[in-house]
Amino acid sequence: MSESVLVIMEQRGGEWNRMSFETLAAGQRLAAELGHTVSAAIPGREIARLASELAAKKLDRVYAVEHELLGDYTADGYTAALEQLVRKVQPSFVLFPHTYQVRDLAPKLATRFNQALIGDVIGMRNENGPVFVRQLFQGKLNADVKPGGPAPYFVSIQAGAFNAENVEAGAASVETFTPEIAASNIRQRPEAPFRESSGAVDLTAAEIIVSVGRGIKEKDNIPIVEELAKALGGELAATRPVCDSGWLPIARQVGSSGQTVAPKVYIAVGISGAIQHLLGMKGSKTIVAINKDANAPIFEVADYGIVGDLFEVVPAMVEELKHSLVLQR
Amino acid sequence: MKIIVSIKEVPVRDSQLRIAADGRWIEDGDLSYEMNEPDAYALEEALQLKEKHGGEVIALCAGPASGARTIREALAKGADRALHIEDEHISSWNTLGLAHLLAKAVAPEKPDLILTGLQSDDLGYGQTGVVMAEILGLPHATIVMAAEVLGGKIRVKRELESGWFQNIEMPLPAVLTIQSGINKLRYATLMGIKKAKTKELKRLGAADLGVAPSPTATIEHVYLPRKAKQTQMIEGSAREAAAKLIEKLRFEVRVI
Repeated sequence: MSESVLVIMEQRGGEWNRMSFETLAAGQRLAAELGHTVSAAIPGREIARLASELAAKKLDRVYAVEHELLGDYTADGYTAALEQLVRKVQPSFVLFPHTYQVRDLAPKLATRFNQALIGDVIGMRNENGPVFVRQLFQGKLNADVKPGGPAPYFVSIQAGAFNAENVEAGAASVETFTPEIAASNIRQRPEAPFRESSGAVDLTAAEIIVSVGRGIKEKDNIPIVEELAKALGGELAATRPVCDSGWLPIARQVGSSGQTVAPKVYIAVGISGAIQHLLGMKGSKTIVAINKDANAPIFEVADYGIVGDLFEVVPAMVEELKHSLVLQR
Repeated sequence: MKIIVSIKEVPVRDSQLRIAADGRWIEDGDLSYEMNEPDAYALEEALQLKEKHGGEVIALCAGPASGARTIREALAKGADRALHIEDEHISSWNTLGLAHLLAKAVAPEKPDLILTGLQSDDLGYGQTGVVMAEILGLPHATIVMAAEVLGGKIRVKRELESGWFQNIEMPLPAVLTIQSGINKLRYATLMGIKKAKTKELKRLGAADLGVAPSPTATIEHVYLPRKAKQTQMIEGSAREAAAKLIEKLRFEVRVI
């Protein structure tokens, strides 16, 4: 048995969860540092197309974990399937993207191997074996965590911690793995996913996000930032207090209790930068902060900062964008 | 209906944290503690389910002796009795060991439902409920935003990513991890606080339960995160700054 890293990818209804590729990049790096091989698995139903996409990556093997009962996610079904796969492949490390589904699944799977999942990892180093970095106290502190006991070790990777663009291309063979799952062993009965409001958006797919915090003062001022989002062709997002106040739907909330995003640009308007919010956006490639308080913690993570009145700066940005568009024509 | 709520005590939210001399945890002697926020919502959900369906709510907490304050708070809010697994070094246990410990205390109670917060504000692993369910052989659902008991089953609304939700039904007994904001927290009344003093608080020891910490996943070192970023501050009037920023977004960041 060669030492290997196994990356478990995630899809829903045939669509990738983009974080999977960040985890694939992490898996390739971990394998390179340890001199391990790396393989990837994609569980689901009718996933041949996704598996063949993976076959174009630098991987030892791609496992298409295919079963009728994996069409809808259930903790029982997915745990059973992945337990069988891990027992067959016998990897040293099993990596997951730290998604909501993985939070539901991976601790259960790790327990079957008498392991504790090292969850929500933001980095790793090799010091006579890998050390995984994760946050404590909502990001106030970091901790180095060392796996122990017999392998496999289970690790999940936080959004934005690794760059999906670093995934190395190559060629891998696809192996279909059909787990044995009985419908009678699946206790959860999932219904079709739904959205609460029609305005819900997948913020994780947006390249540009304009996000608004308590600095906007009241609901009637929301159109000011909405205009900017429109002018940039980006999505509008908000902090928890803004959503809790009902100024924007909860579906647009970014932060530890909302969505975790890593767009190319995140423009934080009137956001002080409470850690609960930073956790959801600090993986963004570029962060712009516009805030009247020069000491606001948001500036600690910002690449560009403007200390000023958002009610003046934001409309001026919209004007500038409109003006330059006219010039381009 | 017998409901167990697993609660944790964590340092209050705005605590000034200092790293312990051995570098492996924080200096926790002089901190103030409070009930982990998501666990407070789990307790409230348990109390509301009891009000609807009758039965008993048992608060379960693993922690040092000082954790009794948080347990008393749960009793004052309406929990009927409590189990306190007393251990001064519980913070060094990882989720696997801790879940085994909690499961051992839970099993003889044969509850219909186990609730806990979706994650703790200190370690933030978000695993204890799921691992406990696996050890006890029970079904679970995480990040729960609503729960409805229907005879021998429970129907829950799970939060998914990107504004999506999903209803899931499963048989009882089951374990749910509760999201903050699922309900409105109540305050303990004076009467409740008085009554709490007479309620049963059973103390158990980790050794009595026959569970040892798990040697997997250990924290080697705790430290302050390094500030990696250099912020370019853009000066000038609102109009000038806006123009400069748009220029940078166009030519440096190249997104527009």
